[in-house]
Amino acid sequence: MTQSLIEIKNLHKHFGAIQAVNGVDLNIAQGEVVVIVGPSGSGKSTVLRCINHLEIPSAGAVYIDGVHLEDRRTDINKVRAEVGMVFQQFNLFAHLTVLDNITIAQRLVRKRSRGEAEEIAMRQLERVGIPEKATMYPRQLSGGQQQRVAIARSLAMNPKIMLFDEPTSALDPEMIKEVLDVMLDLARDGMTMVVVTHEMGFARAAAQRVVFMDNGQIIEVGPPDQIFINPTHERTQLFLSKIIKH
Amino acid sequence: MPANRAAIPWRDFPWWLVVIILFLVLMALTLISDPNYNRAFTFIIGEPRSGTGTGITALVGKGLTVTVYTTLVAYVIALVIGLIAGLGRVSQNFVVRNIAITYIEFVRGVPTLVLIFTLALVVIPAAAQGLGLNLQSIPDNTRAILALAIIYGAYMAEIFRAGIESIPKGQMEAARSVGMTASQGMIYIILPQAIRNVLPALWNDFIAMLKDSSLVSVLAVRDITQMARLYAGSSFRFRETYLVLTFLYLSMTLILSLVLRLIERRTRIGGER
Repeated sequence: MTQSLIEIKNLHKHFGAIQAVNGVDLNIAQGEVVVIVGPSGSGKSTVLRCINHLEIPSAGAVYIDGVHLEDRRTDINKVRAEVGMVFQQFNLFAHLTVLDNITIAQRLVRKRSRGEAEEIAMRQLERVGIPEKATMYPRQLSGGQQQRVAIARSLAMNPKIMLFDEPTSALDPEMIKEVLDVMLDLARDGMTMVVVTHEMGFARAAAQRVVFMDNGQIIEVGPPDQIFINPTHERTQLFLSKIIKH
Repeated sequence: MPANRAAIPWRDFPWWLVVIILFLVLMALTLISDPNYNRAFTFIIGEPRSGTGTGITALVGKGLTVTVYTTLVAYVIALVIGLIAGLGRVSQNFVVRNIAITYIEFVRGVPTLVLIFTLALVVIPAAAQGLGLNLQSIPDNTRAILALAIIYGAYMAEIFRAGIESIPKGQMEAARSVGMTASQGMIYIILPQAIRNVLPALWNDFIAMLKDSSLVSVLAVRDITQMARLYAGSSFRFRETYLVLTFLYLSMTLILSLVLRLIERRTRIGGER
């Protein structure tokens, strides 16, 4: 087996008295798509946020491409440029146009020229299917369009890894598909992805592995069909019976 | 019933503005027709002095110029102090944060008039001495401007802090997630949105500062208030003097607060999602 692109070792994270993540080990290979599911408060988002150091672990270690994130000598901004993140609430920069949203980090972090950054931005906007929105402001777009811009913003940095934190949870039902289609497309292109979501259709279509978490721990890991159809653990069965309706 | 009330336009008419403008027009007419008012007015705004100095120095000494100059310069310095202290106030570094809070709470806990004395007559001379500067080389006006700026810097720091805290946390997280440093996120993502949100409050402080610039008269700086006091003291025409002074401040603040209304309307339209 080749070296993992993401290595999570014995990860712990507590917020005050609340133990959000309690000893998680997970290795993710280059090109792999991993979906993390679990009840709310199970620590799945916290694990995801530790992968780009938005949360600082209380104990344990995260390695990206062999780089230890918690090491004080690590330039975390350099790592983050390689790890894209898509948020539940989109978090587009409200004062910037769609185009500027996608170019600003390219110019500041990747030091690309305006022309080059805009060319890349337009290419990414075409990829997510809304090049005509380039001059608009985020508030003028629908939720689904905003989320697609957020994906384009991350992709423009040419990341090695893409993290998705419940990317469709804040969307109206009719907009979920347009975002999932972009993500599926990305998975087919071989992007390494870690996705926190309840969209089982996406998991079955794109994921190599599904991770089920509860109470800050990994309960079960396996291919989507195994986890969704033949879960071995009782807690997984209980959770699935709640989210699969009828 | 609200619907009914809205249907009566005369209720929404800005009558207060009519009253104020009426006062201003009456005062303006009196200024033209009554030589006693006219003399007070000319003295307060300051007669152009002939042949003394050039540029700014030729203008200093005119009452109105001193008021406007003091306000503008002190405001710009206060903006810089306020932005720095406001950033310090939200800093993760507890030393920086506590220095900022100490400054802000110290200033906010003392009346402005008292602080003007303390700063201009105690703190600034002591600081000047510490820096090895000759106190005589610092004009009264400079001390007054610095005192006003230090006072308003504390109030503006709280405005900037509120503006920064009004921006959702996700904005900084998104900035950091694409590899920006914390300062890049602050400069390019948070501050542009925060400052836009607090523009009305900042402009309001400009109006407040124009009024509070009258306090520098206690340092014998010859702004319009000090000129009025000098004129009233020598002519005993208190009514004319202070009505003219009121007229001057009110006409300036009225114009500025009408501008404020425009700013508020624009930020509200821009702010809607």
